[in-house]
Amino acid sequence: MQTKVNYLLRLGDNALILSQQLCQLCGKGPALEEDMALTNVALDLLGQTRLWYEYAGELEGAGRDEDKLAYHRDAHDFKNCLLLEQPNGNYADTMVRQFFFDAWHYFLIVGLTRSSDARIAAIAEKSLKEVTYHLRRSGDLIVRLGDGTDVSHAKTQAAVNELWMYSGEVFAYDAVDEAMVAEGVAPAAADLRAQWLAHVAEIFAEATLTMPPTDAWMQSGGKQGRHSEHLGYILAEMQFLQRAYPGATW
Amino acid sequence: MTNAPVAAVAAPAIAGAAAAADSIVGGATVAGASDRAPAAGRAADGAAAPAGAPTAAQVWAWLAEVSDPEIPVISIVDLGIVRDVQLDADGACTVTITPTYSGCPAMQVIADAITDALHAHGLQDVRLQNQLSPAWTTDWMSEEGKAKLKGYGIAPPAQQVIDISGLHARAGAGPHVAISRRAQPRLTVACPNCGSTHTEITSQFGSTPCKALYKCLDCREPFDYFKCH
Repeated sequence: MQTKVNYLLRLGDNALILSQQLCQLCGKGPALEEDMALTNVALDLLGQTRLWYEYAGELEGAGRDEDKLAYHRDAHDFKNCLLLEQPNGNYADTMVRQFFFDAWHYFLIVGLTRSSDARIAAIAEKSLKEVTYHLRRSGDLIVRLGDGTDVSHAKTQAAVNELWMYSGEVFAYDAVDEAMVAEGVAPAAADLRAQWLAHVAEIFAEATLTMPPTDAWMQSGGKQGRHSEHLGYILAEMQFLQRAYPGATW
Repeated sequence: MTNAPVAAVAAPAIAGAAAAADSIVGGATVAGASDRAPAAGRAADGAAAPAGAPTAAQVWAWLAEVSDPEIPVISIVDLGIVRDVQLDADGACTVTITPTYSGCPAMQVIADAITDALHAHGLQDVRLQNQLSPAWTTDWMSEEGKAKLKGYGIAPPAQQVIDISGLHARAGAGPHVAISRRAQPRLTVACPNCGSTHTEITSQFGSTPCKALYKCLDCREPFDYFKCH
């Protein structure tokens, strides 16, 4: 049961950390429309986070609700992938990070709609249309940025090259992931990676972007709680209120 | 996709709604227990519901008067948020609702509005149940609701463009139609102000997650489009 709790926390942590990163752009987007889109995506991800945390807390049975899981855990207890804690950077950085995540997230959620766990399948079914819309939007923007001006192309290619090494962690399955595959809860890594690579290659071709080598060395560790220096700052801002005034409510 | 509101997997409520429902159940049990006892007894004998006890149709009619907090011209029934109403012999009323979007901040307000409205109509024991599957779709929006949206200046959802059922049929093999840029049908959205279909998308997201931003190329007005979902 603890294995499934860990798996659910990974799902929730990925969604929460990316949501928090996007929320930091609220009021700072490059255009009003982009600003609204970023925060709307953040809101969808926050809603999904609550569904994953709620289930994780119930399964764990230790009295941790969604707020406790979000605000009362330290960096090493967060199991999000390193990609999601990478800085917002320029808009190409933000959108390449988003596109890499959305493409994986979409194929993962499609797989989870067929999960042997009915509750996980229901949450995936609820999330699927949102996640589909996110991927269509980020794919469109990658094409616009990559196949745009010389400057937008150069910045997007630089973001791809920089973030590529963080794109493989989601497919690097450990004992927790493999146990979920064995139970029919989660889809296998090889299938997801093949689908992800095919979709990324299709969008990059249209965006005139060069795809880095698929056998490149990949960063890992986030899923096991070994994070980059960035996560602490994200949590410091997100958790400040509950750290300063534990248990505070509206 | 089937439009039938089948209760497949009834996932528990979001924390807020669950807390609200719990407190209501708890409060009403104390306040109304003695009043309801005779009614429960008659119902258990198989007799008709006591005089004055509401029918499910009556409850649906009351819920049809509860407005969506963000688009007040349409009701939560028009929107397809209310999936089921169950009246128990002991007078308890269970309303099953489904969220539009996972993160929709209006859901808590809607849950509170439902309990307030039913309390006002004399139902003491109101319970809310949150259901995730089958997932809400704009296909569940009533024709009346779509007409009201248009009258309010929001273009109603045009057609189901994210084909979830087709995606399931493919079972992960081959290209995914829902995310392929080439496979997307050209969406015709009519301007709610002048009726022209000569319109253009400004942004995939508008003022709320359920809307996109469009502009009319004839009357030049910007407008919200309630996205297909």
